[in-house]
Amino acid sequence: MAVVTHHAYLAAEPAVATAADSPVLSFAWLLFALPLAGAAILLLGGRRTDKWGHLLGTLLPVASFVLAALILFDLLGRAGDARSVSVPVYEWFTVGGFSAGVDLLVDPLSISFALLITFVGSLIHVYSIGYMAEDPGRRRFFAYLNLFVAAMLVLVLADNFVLLFLGWEGVGLASYLLIGFWQYKPSAATAAKKAFLINRVGDLGLLVAMMIMFAVLGAVSFSEVFAAVPGASDGILLAIGLLLLLGACGKSAQLPLQAWLLDAMEGPTPVSALIHAATMVTAGVYLIVRAGPIFEGAPVAQTAVVTVGAATMLAGGIIASAKDDIKKSLAGSTMSQIGMMVLAAGLGPVGYVAAIAHLITHGFFKAGLFLGAGSVMHAMNEGVDMRRYGGLAAKMPITFATFGVGYLAIIGVPLLSGWWTKESIISATFGVGGTAGLVLGSAVILGALLTAFYMSRMVFMTFLGKPRWEEGVHPHESPASMTVPMVLLAIGSLALGAFLMLGDRFATFLAPATGAEVHHFDVAHAFTAPYGIAALVVLVLGVAAAWAIYLRKPVAETAPKGNLVTVAASRELYGNEINEGLVMRPGQVLTKALAVIEDKVIDAAVHGLGAGVRDSSSGLGRAQTGFARSYALTMLFGAVIVAATLAVRL
Amino acid sequence: MDPMNYIVLAALLFTIGAVGVLVRRNAIIVFMCVELMLNACNLAFVAFARMHGDIEGQVIAFFVMVVAAAEVVVGLAIIMQIFRTRRSASLDDANLLKN
Amino acid sequence: MIPWLTIAIALPAIGAVAVRALSRARTPAADTAQMRRSEAATGGGTDTITQVRPARGTAAGAENAKRVAFGFSLATLAVVVAMALRFDTGASGMQFEQTHDWIPRFGVHYAVGVDGIALVLILLSAVLVPLVMLAAWREHEDREDGGAGYFALILVLQAMMVGVFAATDVFLFYVFFEAMLIPVYFMIGRYGRGEQRARAAVKFLLYSLVGGLIMLVAVIGVYVAGGTFLWTELTGSGGALAGIDTELAVWLFLGFFIAFAIKAPMWPVHTWLPDAAQASRPGTAVLLVGVLDKVGTYGMLRYCLELFPSAVSAFVWPVVALSVVSIVYGAILAIGQSDMMRLVAYTSVSHFGFITLGIFALTEQAQAGAALYMVNHGFATGALFLVVGFLISRRGSAEIADYGGVQRVAPLLAGAFLVAGLAGLGLPGLAPFVSEFLVLIGVYAFSPVAAVIAVLGVVLAALYILWMFQRTMTGPTPERLSGLKDLNVREKWAVGPLLALLIVFGLYPQPMLDAIGPAVERTAQIGTADTSAADGATTEEGGRE
Repeated sequence: MAVVTHHAYLAAEPAVATAADSPVLSFAWLLFALPLAGAAILLLGGRRTDKWGHLLGTLLPVASFVLAALILFDLLGRAGDARSVSVPVYEWFTVGGFSAGVDLLVDPLSISFALLITFVGSLIHVYSIGYMAEDPGRRRFFAYLNLFVAAMLVLVLADNFVLLFLGWEGVGLASYLLIGFWQYKPSAATAAKKAFLINRVGDLGLLVAMMIMFAVLGAVSFSEVFAAVPGASDGILLAIGLLLLLGACGKSAQLPLQAWLLDAMEGPTPVSALIHAATMVTAGVYLIVRAGPIFEGAPVAQTAVVTVGAATMLAGGIIASAKDDIKKSLAGSTMSQIGMMVLAAGLGPVGYVAAIAHLITHGFFKAGLFLGAGSVMHAMNEGVDMRRYGGLAAKMPITFATFGVGYLAIIGVPLLSGWWTKESIISATFGVGGTAGLVLGSAVILGALLTAFYMSRMVFMTFLGKPRWEEGVHPHESPASMTVPMVLLAIGSLALGAFLMLGDRFATFLAPATGAEVHHFDVAHAFTAPYGIAALVVLVLGVAAAWAIYLRKPVAETAPKGNLVTVAASRELYGNEINEGLVMRPGQVLTKALAVIEDKVIDAAVHGLGAGVRDSSSGLGRAQTGFARSYALTMLFGAVIVAATLAVRL
Repeated sequence: MDPMNYIVLAALLFTIGAVGVLVRRNAIIVFMCVELMLNACNLAFVAFARMHGDIEGQVIAFFVMVVAAAEVVVGLAIIMQIFRTRRSASLDDANLLKN
Repeated sequence: MIPWLTIAIALPAIGAVAVRALSRARTPAADTAQMRRSEAATGGGTDTITQVRPARGTAAGAENAKRVAFGFSLATLAVVVAMALRFDTGASGMQFEQTHDWIPRFGVHYAVGVDGIALVLILLSAVLVPLVMLAAWREHEDREDGGAGYFALILVLQAMMVGVFAATDVFLFYVFFEAMLIPVYFMIGRYGRGEQRARAAVKFLLYSLVGGLIMLVAVIGVYVAGGTFLWTELTGSGGALAGIDTELAVWLFLGFFIAFAIKAPMWPVHTWLPDAAQASRPGTAVLLVGVLDKVGTYGMLRYCLELFPSAVSAFVWPVVALSVVSIVYGAILAIGQSDMMRLVAYTSVSHFGFITLGIFALTEQAQAGAALYMVNHGFATGALFLVVGFLISRRGSAEIADYGGVQRVAPLLAGAFLVAGLAGLGLPGLAPFVSEFLVLIGVYAFSPVAAVIAVLGVVLAALYILWMFQRTMTGPTPERLSGLKDLNVREKWAVGPLLALLIVFGLYPQPMLDAIGPAVERTAQIGTADTSAADGATTEEGGRE
């Protein structure tokens, strides 16, 4: 297994280094092979593995994390521009001029993702040991979790679009299995299918993009595609860019392919944490950043990315503000936050660092929030209606504390993780300059306002205020296997942002891989600049508004009727109705129409032919009277005619 | 000798046979009429062979006789079977293959 | 020099005769009743192939006959695998060739040989037959012959399937092509399922015969024009057909193509397939759709393209259009089906659209993808039909509405169903993805519009597979299904190898692509090759008469 070093996409012909050069990197394939093996063992091993399956399933992602950390240190030991290493594993399929290999690209971008996925993923595994303790399908659950982690790792480590697509679809499959884990609930099965189908629509974009790449640019590997970008026409780059965006929209639940995300809450809560924090939805952001050179060559596509991101950010915030289901509200929040990252990624190199940094800190606090929500649901007999929560802070102190830290981080309280990264996104947006910068920056500020509002609403309704519990509910703190991961994630939510942004650590690390620009993060400036102040003002406004509505007055146990806006928001801005009207019903009509055509036209034509033959033969059969003498007469006539003909001709 | 005599006789016999096949119902009689037609042909063959001094006509007459003999064997057997099962030798009754 | 192909053809044929003889040598029919009683006593619970059933007489005889049949199919598989290991992937042209005069007066030979494409298809048939036998082991036990007749038919069919792919004499190919109909006709009409099976068998036979007779005309036309039936002498730039008139080539091409399009089945001559599949036992359907229909697409590649290169350009666009229609049409109709066998049949119409699209896109990637697709589709659809068959054997129905929540009571069955379905919808990591992707990549270079429409088929595939899965496997388990048994050992061995192959060839398809490669390099040039360069070709008509 050779290890090839090259500078991400600038060099078309990577220089070949030997495996001895870096023993750790040549084992990079173990990163996804370990959890994949876990999934295989747990699924094929059957009930024999019931006893220790969940432990093995947890151990393997942890091992992957350790390996990812070792690889990180290996990379850190290299010079800045030698940190992009291509690791070929084996040739997948090659025909003529087309080649797709199982080749890995280890660079700061992919290893950042790998670390996030394995670390947060491992914590979610640990949490699931407690959360799923009573579930008869726990082994299967861990197998699917492992599959999810493995697929996501393939996605981020791939060195070409085809292998990325393998991971991409693998993530889709794993999410299908996990969202539909409680498949005996029809709603879960429907939600799983919906997620997979909408993702498939996005995949269509990725597939067509790959076709264009091979047909026009002549390759599908990152380095070759990006090397061919300068020579490609604007139209081609725009087409590829928009198609990749379509793919990203599917995976990252961006408009107009957002409808699956809220239904995906049908899965067990750890799944939601995994989908929303470490895997799946982050894939779209990764794709846009990874394919940066293409988007940078197609400004119109970038505008589309930014528009989609901004629209989703606001739509998600509005939906999150109106949902009473704690998980769905968090899901709306994810839409909103991912929209913010997509927006930043669409800005080009100035936004990459901010987008990825926010993605990582978001991974920590969103995972923490979801695990906290799971812990609350566990205490409330799986009830999800926040209107029947209230006053849980006293009963569940650890959950409250960790959830609280995540809350403070996501709304952007200064010096917590979320503040650093959100502040860099805001600064990057305003940095665009001109009207565009102003509009986008204001949109992000508005998004921050919404975030402050719906998150405060959630905390007030859940942990503070008076209890509105249903009969027979006795809240209690969750076991250690659940609280320990929550505490660890809370620590990350507290400090990770500062660690990444202080001294521009992350920016300098990421820059060579993505071509990102290193912007110095000036802490003092973040407090004094107009946008910094604006962010703090909306933070206070959002919290205050939520306090006025949900804490000062008691919360009604059933949702009020609401006005036009709140009803639209709680119905997810009619996304499902739009899908139904535009796609589903016409599709049903088409299916029925074609079935009729099949039966009445195509098959009928064949049967008509058969019937024609049958009718004509029975008509001719009528000439057969059964009288031998009449046959003889016919013969005689025939003979006479033949004789007459002969006589005339001769 | 005038070959015309033989040919007229052959034509006469053939016509009698053909009319017999067409108008009679009894299978045995129809069968005999068919034989009559065959023998009319034989007569014509032999007459022409003699007239042309050529042996081929006689050979064909032999062939016809052999085939006719075979036909009699098969045909009579069929008629016997029909008579046994249907108690009738009428051709008009044997119309199972109608339509 | 071992005559591998002849052995591979003869072995199952001999097996069929042996099985027939064994199942005939049995005690009077009185034993049938006893067999039925013992069947009821064992209750199907003791369902492993190694177990000797307590019944004597007919049942034991049939059991032995079936074991012999299974043994012959395994032996054939061994022969074919041994042959495949000796195959030289570097060489273009035919390998393991044998040519003997058969009817010298008409220039008909017994001539066999394989290139990479034929080899992988023969491998496919050799793999599927033993698995189909395992899956069908208990299917016909209430019959007088205990199902031995069915097994004999399978072996007959196998001999013909190997023959049809191996034939390098156009007339011999035609003979195998038509003779295949006979066992299948009986497998559907006699051993099939449901009231409509006789009608479906006749429909299948008539469709195939119409195509076959049109092809016969073209086969004779080839002999008249080229003076030989030998494929190796007919093709190539120096071949006997190289100099023929383009208009004649178009007509002969059409003659072959109609037969292959019906076989394939291509829109709009596909309607026999859903009926035939619905009336088939799942094992029959596996062989019918998995292997037999591949003769159509294989014929297009081997005969239409290679015999009449000068006619190809006239057909490319119509065929591409029909293929694209097949893809979308088949997929949409599959969504609306309520019978699982019909549903899978319609998905095959869609998948065959991909194959023909790949063949006629005339690029190397597309044709390699199409050839690979033939094999992968055999594995994936074979697995799907087998799993549906397991459901049918439990509940006697293929109606989707009769099932629901099966996953809870039979998780292994549901898992196998899901893997086979995911393969069918082209999930990366499973074999069909590689072929589908290659077809799409190759087609895009030829016609972006066709490729983009074809991609729609990929999305629709997710819908029909997952919706079927949802309706049969998920949701609450109805009372009547609560006793549904999960896969037993025999069924695991029937479907397990297919699923394993789907995963192996999904992650490492290169060996197959290496085998296919040289053959595809040859055919992919056809659209662009300069056919006028063949002026120096001499026809051998004079010398032959």
